[in-house]
Amino acid sequence: MIYYTLKRLGLALLVALTVSFISFGLLYLSSDPAIAMAGETASDADIEAIRKLYGFDRPILVQYLDWLQRALSGDLGKSYYFRTDVSALIGERLPTTMTLGVCAITFAIVLSVPLGVAAAIRPNSLIDRLALFLSVMGQALPSFWFALMLIVFLSVNLRLLPTSGSDTWLHFVMPTVVLGYYAAPAIMRLTRTGMLEVLSTDYIRTARAKGLRPWVVLFKHALRNAIIPVVSLAAVQFGFMLGGSIVVETIFALHGAGFLAWESITRNDLPTVQGLILVFSLFYIVLTFFADLLNAWLDPRIRIN
Amino acid sequence: MATSDSQTSAPNKGFDLLRRRVRGHQGMIIGSVIVVSVLLIALLAPLLAPHDPYQQDLLKRLVPPVWDSRGSWEHVLGTDHLGRDYLSRLIYGARISLLIGIGAALISGIIGTIMGVMAGYFGGRVDMIVTFMITVRLSMPVVLVALAVVAIVGGSLQVVIAVLGLLLWDRFAVVMRSSTLQIRSMDYVAAARAVGCSTSRVLMTEVMPNVVNNLIVITTIEIAHAIILEAALSFLGLGVQPPMPSWGLMVSEGKDMMLFEPWLITIPGVALFLLVLAINLMGDGVRDITAPENRN
Repeated sequence: MIYYTLKRLGLALLVALTVSFISFGLLYLSSDPAIAMAGETASDADIEAIRKLYGFDRPILVQYLDWLQRALSGDLGKSYYFRTDVSALIGERLPTTMTLGVCAITFAIVLSVPLGVAAAIRPNSLIDRLALFLSVMGQALPSFWFALMLIVFLSVNLRLLPTSGSDTWLHFVMPTVVLGYYAAPAIMRLTRTGMLEVLSTDYIRTARAKGLRPWVVLFKHALRNAIIPVVSLAAVQFGFMLGGSIVVETIFALHGAGFLAWESITRNDLPTVQGLILVFSLFYIVLTFFADLLNAWLDPRIRIN
Repeated sequence: MATSDSQTSAPNKGFDLLRRRVRGHQGMIIGSVIVVSVLLIALLAPLLAPHDPYQQDLLKRLVPPVWDSRGSWEHVLGTDHLGRDYLSRLIYGARISLLIGIGAALISGIIGTIMGVMAGYFGGRVDMIVTFMITVRLSMPVVLVALAVVAIVGGSLQVVIAVLGLLLWDRFAVVMRSSTLQIRSMDYVAAARAVGCSTSRVLMTEVMPNVVNNLIVITTIEIAHAIILEAALSFLGLGVQPPMPSWGLMVSEGKDMMLFEPWLITIPGVALFLLVLAINLMGDGVRDITAPENRN
């Protein structure tokens, strides 16, 4: 287990390093950051001064190493727009996004795991077909459009929920649903497949033959084994959700990191965008690292291979 | 004689089985009918569209669809905030969605298939590098990276296709890698190698035909994925640029008036939903028919 952990940690660090290089390099694709900073009305001398001041005249690898060194100590540079520290800016907005992410993944799990279990108990029954139908529908529903439809019906027609902002928990209801429903079909399908597989094993037959109560067999013996891959899928989906929060937060004007990302992109605020891509990626890397460890701990076969 | 008989009848039997399975698969039929219809609509757009999708008529702004009491048959689905015929824009919008979906899936399919097949077939160091690249790619948030790149490079149809194509290869690589891994250990691959077939010949004649079913399934998933992403990017203003009639852009333009004229966002949204649903149904159908054992 220690060997596996170290190997996995090494991989995670290498991935993080590569991601940091890409997120740094991406934003130097075509535009000159000095021109972006100086604005359209700046003179050539001003642009040149900014270029010198911020070190844009140095080779890109030197700039990257410099940026990386400071990023490692938590300094992601200064925002072009707010003129404040990017790390402080992200730190301020991240709790909202995390709250939204946790609510959304909880919503997705609460919705999909029971449905998946129910579908697996009676394959091809009405509830199985309904679950499949819902998952096919859910996968085809564009989230930005679903969000707008919810606003029209729940906020405007029925006046149940506030449309935008992040002041009360009511503001989080619609964003949670919109962010969560997209992850639900995959989790539901995996729960169903896992349960179907486990329910046909010998140890379940033995448990039933012993005369255990059906729900003990179902939850204590079957679900416990079927849920292992679901846990790691949920971790991955949670990581994707934070990246997807940009659309949801923008529509509901929820002041989280996703909304900050959209604002920064439209304002050409490169350091903030870089910082956000890095933070979101790192979060995903940490999440999958722990999910893998959990899996290896629960299932020793993974460790050996 | 006997051998030639069995050779001719075997494919027929297989074909019969395939035909029976297709007939029994409602989702596949519904999906295919919708996809083919949208394809035809996109191809025949100039013939089908009643008006020029770019023609503005400021005297006839926000005319509601025909089912509304204020609507008329002249503009069946009404007009938008600039008086452009909504039905015509919807019809031309099908072109953009399909072009981006197919274009992006083509690029990412080529990248992902080459990477996945190489990793699965050669294993060892090649596999390590490819797996590493997949992990790196999965760590980067797609929407955020796509938005940032489009913002820097500038939004256009070609840019969106290229960006999505360069981002969505991960699933192709993952699935092609695992399918190739399975095929590699088959006896017929060993036999082909034993008789001295070159590596490229083994890959093209033994491996590829056996992974093509999975490739089709992933392609449909990624076409649908790219269509949804394009709509989301265009909706956020960093995808296809106005005045092009992208469905995502139409939702975005109708958003400001959605409280008074909800059909402005309902119509393009339903079109998007139906197209993506149909493509997914088709993909599920292909999977069920070619490999029923993978259904669950």
